[in-house]
Amino acid sequence: MKVLVSGKVEGVVLKSKNAINFLGTVDKKTGIISDKNHDLYQKSIKDTILAFPSGVGSSVGAYTIYSIKSNNTAPLAMICMKADLTVATGCALANIPLVILSDEEFSSINDGMKLSLDTDSVNPIQYQ
Amino acid sequence: MELTREEESALKGEQGEIMEMAYRILVATGEATDAEKLIPIEWTHLSGVNYNTIGDAGEEFLSSISKDARVKVKTTLNPMGFDIDNVSNYGLDENFISKQLSIRNSYETMGVIPSFSCIPYEIFDIPKVGTQVAFAESNAAIHANSYDNLKTNKESAFSALASALTGKSPYSSLRKEDSPNVSIRMNVDNPNELTYGMLGYFAGKVGDISVNISGLGEMDNRQCKAMCGGMGTSGTCAKFIFGEDDSDSEKIDFDEKAMQNVHDELNTSEKGDIITLGSPQLGLEEISELAGKLKGRSFEKRCMIFTPRTIKEKAQKIGYTNELERAGCEILSDCCTCLTPLINKNDVDAVTTNSIKGAFYLKNSNGVDVNLKSLSRIIEDETR
Repeated sequence: MKVLVSGKVEGVVLKSKNAINFLGTVDKKTGIISDKNHDLYQKSIKDTILAFPSGVGSSVGAYTIYSIKSNNTAPLAMICMKADLTVATGCALANIPLVILSDEEFSSINDGMKLSLDTDSVNPIQYQ
Repeated sequence: MELTREEESALKGEQGEIMEMAYRILVATGEATDAEKLIPIEWTHLSGVNYNTIGDAGEEFLSSISKDARVKVKTTLNPMGFDIDNVSNYGLDENFISKQLSIRNSYETMGVIPSFSCIPYEIFDIPKVGTQVAFAESNAAIHANSYDNLKTNKESAFSALASALTGKSPYSSLRKEDSPNVSIRMNVDNPNELTYGMLGYFAGKVGDISVNISGLGEMDNRQCKAMCGGMGTSGTCAKFIFGEDDSDSEKIDFDEKAMQNVHDELNTSEKGDIITLGSPQLGLEEISELAGKLKGRSFEKRCMIFTPRTIKEKAQKIGYTNELERAGCEILSDCCTCLTPLINKNDVDAVTTNSIKGAFYLKNSNGVDVNLKSLSRIIEDETR
């Protein structure tokens, strides 16, 4: 596991099989995914522990992450399989904890699971 | 990532809040891309300009940092939401205009060149081979790495801003020599710019950091740009390497079927109410070619053309803009199809375009249907 932005949170996992293009497919005011081809279509990422393979697409997506944080519609934390700069820098500026997991670790995280994340702990992810 | 003593001091906040923020972003970027150090860069190109995309949070953030922040290297800027010369024709509200002008003002205060263009590679001189830059606009980063012999990460809006404020960027894999893990064989006959846009979109989905492409013939400038725009939209990949790949990397065919899949994903209408050309913005060569093709013909629908201001001024002098306007085109500078606030679903059901990047954002962000056609088909079907 690699920590890109540190922090400590507890919450319920919202897991996606698809990458997320934050610019244009995440509604800044509601945190709802608007891309009909996405497996999280019409779901809100607000206050979730959002697990998804990686961010993709336009570099301005970092501002979307900053905006959803300012609008209180952001996830509590993000968990990815692959680091990308849009998500890493958006989370760095917005102070949203972000960790990168191996494929194996990522696949052991399930949608709807309750977990706590503490990036300073020896076992950063605890299932509840 | 190893930092120098001075960089550590900045990260701790000993050089003020702006530097602390910039280094926090650079460190997250460096950790994300397994960089071992920061290196100097000579040119940054920023995204995060259009009020439509960065919103109130972005406008307030830029206004606040612009009180103290100043760029340390040559810094150019992506398109904004409108062309001030004709904004009154497009029904934008006053709030949008004033927030957009505030964003413009914040960047200018920080010392940024107000180029409002997504094709910096066509309107500025390209530095010498191997120069390290930091381009946030995805099509520009891919173009810089693949065609211009420059080196950049596929920066985010914030990592490029942090690089502008510090003159540094993480020494990530795209800045070094790399070998792609996927090789795509181009296997579609008689490709036009739409084909290349779809190839780019396909490549972005299967590639990781860079992707090898074989089987390409001679490409013109429009086709190169279309490919960069397509790839920047769909993935994290930021470099094409051209030629036969003899390594053991995975080989994937881009054939008629793969192309049809991309087409079916992005094309949602058989016709459009208006036409847009330019995402990426059109360069002088494309404007000239378009003016030539439109000789004696006129569009039967509205056709919006997006180009940088410097190109529009050159085109005016040569007489191209007269010719385009006679043919019914609306010429807009400083903005682009991609994420434009000038097209919305209350007025427009569907847009015809040859841009894969434009199509993706028109569909997902503007919520309008898209009809994909190559430029030659557009001229054939939509003018007389």
